[in-house]
Amino acid sequence: MSAAFVRMETLPPRPAPFAATGITGWFARRLFATPGDIAMTLIGFAAFVLIALPMFRFLVFDAVWTGENRDACLNASGACWPFVAAKFNQFVYGFYPYEELWRPNLVFAIGAVLLIPLLIPSAPLKRLNAILFFGVYPIAGFVLLTGGNLDPQRFVIGRFVRIPESFDIGAIARVIGVDHLDLRSRWGFRGTFWLDFIASAIVLSAAVAVIARLFGTRFTTSLKAMAIVFGALALLIVPVDADFGLRWVETREWGGLLVTLVVAITGIVAALPIGVLLALGRRSQMRLVRWASVAFIEFWRGVPLITVLFFATYMLPLFLPGGANIERLVRALIGVALFSGAYMAEVVRGGLAAVPKHQYESAAALGLGYWKTMYLVVLPQALTSVIPGIVNNFIGLFKDTTLVQIVAILDLLGQVRAAFSDPNWASPTTLYTGFAFAGMIYFVFCFAMSRYSLFLERRAGKSVLRMEAERR
Amino acid sequence: MTDTPVRRERMRASWIFRPGVRSAVIQILLVALVVLIGWMIYRTTRQNIITQRIPIGFDFFWIESGFSISQTLIPFAENNTYARAFLVGLLNTLFVSALGVALATAIGFMVGIGRLSHNWIIARLCGGYVEVIRNLPLLFQILFWYLAVLATLPSPRESISLGNIFINNRGILMPKPMFGEGIGIVALLAAVGILLSLVFASLARRYRVQTGSKLKSWPITLLLVLVIPVFAFLYLKVGVAFDKPELKGFNFNGGLRIIPEFLALLIALSTYTAGFIAEIVRAGILAVHRGQTEAASALGLRRGPVLRLVVVPQALRVIIPPLTSQYLNLIKNSSLAVSIGYPDLVSVFAGTTLNNTGQAIEILGITMLVYLFISLVISFVMNLYNRRIALRER
Repeated sequence: MSAAFVRMETLPPRPAPFAATGITGWFARRLFATPGDIAMTLIGFAAFVLIALPMFRFLVFDAVWTGENRDACLNASGACWPFVAAKFNQFVYGFYPYEELWRPNLVFAIGAVLLIPLLIPSAPLKRLNAILFFGVYPIAGFVLLTGGNLDPQRFVIGRFVRIPESFDIGAIARVIGVDHLDLRSRWGFRGTFWLDFIASAIVLSAAVAVIARLFGTRFTTSLKAMAIVFGALALLIVPVDADFGLRWVETREWGGLLVTLVVAITGIVAALPIGVLLALGRRSQMRLVRWASVAFIEFWRGVPLITVLFFATYMLPLFLPGGANIERLVRALIGVALFSGAYMAEVVRGGLAAVPKHQYESAAALGLGYWKTMYLVVLPQALTSVIPGIVNNFIGLFKDTTLVQIVAILDLLGQVRAAFSDPNWASPTTLYTGFAFAGMIYFVFCFAMSRYSLFLERRAGKSVLRMEAERR
Repeated sequence: MTDTPVRRERMRASWIFRPGVRSAVIQILLVALVVLIGWMIYRTTRQNIITQRIPIGFDFFWIESGFSISQTLIPFAENNTYARAFLVGLLNTLFVSALGVALATAIGFMVGIGRLSHNWIIARLCGGYVEVIRNLPLLFQILFWYLAVLATLPSPRESISLGNIFINNRGILMPKPMFGEGIGIVALLAAVGILLSLVFASLARRYRVQTGSKLKSWPITLLLVLVIPVFAFLYLKVGVAFDKPELKGFNFNGGLRIIPEFLALLIALSTYTAGFIAEIVRAGILAVHRGQTEAASALGLRRGPVLRLVVVPQALRVIIPPLTSQYLNLIKNSSLAVSIGYPDLVSVFAGTTLNNTGQAIEILGITMLVYLFISLVISFVMNLYNRRIALRER
């Protein structure tokens, strides 16, 4: 083998490569790597400047900060903040009566106090906190916002048997040992209703216990269960029946951010139980239960929310007895709850599928029945693993609440839109100011929630890694 | 060792504990409950319909609608029936959805890939786009485009004009091509050409897979899709005239007008959905193992072909299922048209027609069923596609 060419001298060293580290290296790699890159960088920078600079000028430098009416903003080229200041109450509370504003404020405050520790994973007393937020807070919020004092007339037996007004007052007073006048006139409890409630509770409990006995359940067990059910019902009805002396505020007067939050939170809180039941139903061994759940879920997921709201506004009143008397917001809430329940079901189903099979098998080996398996073993794991999914669902719902304005419920965006037509504030920049304000509020809420959900996901990922490391 | 006898307690009422019996009872109860609720709803509804004198049935379909629609893909006049209005609305929904899906996919893929760019400013810009778009309600964005952007364009008399195209607050006006007779044949030829070239492309692909050599398909495609129809166009002397928009008084006459409602809805729908698609694309690309990119680079492929030939085909498997649900979301979200008055299905049918006839049950039922049907069809098609590109495990 003979070499055709042999180099006899050392090659001169190549010039040092352009810095790959440090700030210059970073610029070279991340901004100016190739001619194409340079062009992209310049275009990107130009786009950023063209978007950000005018926005910043509009929002801050050229903005008008003080003023009483449109005159201040007539010649402005920036945001008209006095417009937002003047309409602030309307944007946040709608037309909620001014002297009662402490009530929504109190609801906001309690919500914040309960929600913040609930969101911090290391905060103590999670169970109590969750009960307070998901159980007590909705009722308290309902009473505070509406005024409560629903004064129900009949329970179950009262629908079939007429309970004479004269009979009940004395009876109820004797049973409880309180002056009947006080109960009725001071606290707003209607004797006929509560007599009806107690009688119905006794009769229904007895009936259930007898039927359950046929299936082999002990009388005491079923009576205990029924006592819990009716106790919970009473705990629910007593506060909404009681007369706290709060003025009744119709939901028609609500609006703005208040409505946005009410719809979103009610939707998600109502969606949880619906979603859990549907998800369990979808994974059930029983064919009809599975089919019914699938049909329900896929129906609501297959139609747009607007049609659901139309359904709630125009069809529900026809479907329900006395449906025309149900307030508009409540009807919309029913629609939203069904809608988001179906979406929640799919989230929960993901969590159920993620629970390893051996958990079910161990629970079965311990002799737990279906509901105990679910309640004690499966659901706690499934639900904690899908909290990020639930938060994402909530973000979607929060954004979707804007749709209620299409059925004439004025949420935050609806109020802002309505304020555009106020001649007192008609100025060239009113429109943009309103959009800027509403946009910032929506963005702050959604961005914070999405970051929180990311944080939870990372945390869950870390804990999984830790668990795997410990196992090794 | 003492022998302790195993005592078996006899179960009482044993048949009642059998899972089969139990599940049968529960299922019967469920059916009974559903039937009961259905019957109660039926009874109340009937009562309500009688007392409120609401007409029932589908006869309203054949009544003259008496309203006009601002954008129609098929001719529609006030003396046309509600059935035709329904069709117009449905076509408008499908029209804006189809365009929206195409645009959203294009923007979404660009932004999603851009977010992974090694160019810092491009990655940041795409990231910012995704964050802003996804954290603002869609309705907010529709209203923003409609009220704050398109409505503030100059009036017709001060239109921005680009040649024969005029942009103003009434929309975009452009010359409308008016074809002579025989355009139908040309269109038919073009459609057949597209179909044949698709068939040819798939045959060519099969040939390439089997033999390894590449068949050039573009000349055939060109011939089928362009050359033959153009030749036919010239040979049949179809001819084309343009109906140009002209300013008459305060408004334009003639031409083809794209209404601002349509533009606002299309822009908002496609940019909004693109934000979600971008995230899906990004996640899909990140799900492809790094080794794939490195191996492709080691083979000497450039960045573009690496993405196109190696990464994206594998990423598609992860991308398709969530992408499907985004498409479905876009179609459902197109119903937000009602907020700005774009005449889609909900706006024309569940809005105007419902208000005119008052037959909420029939109209909302049909509307919901239409969306359900569209959803099912699209899931079905996308599932087929997904199955085709899915990894074939041996």
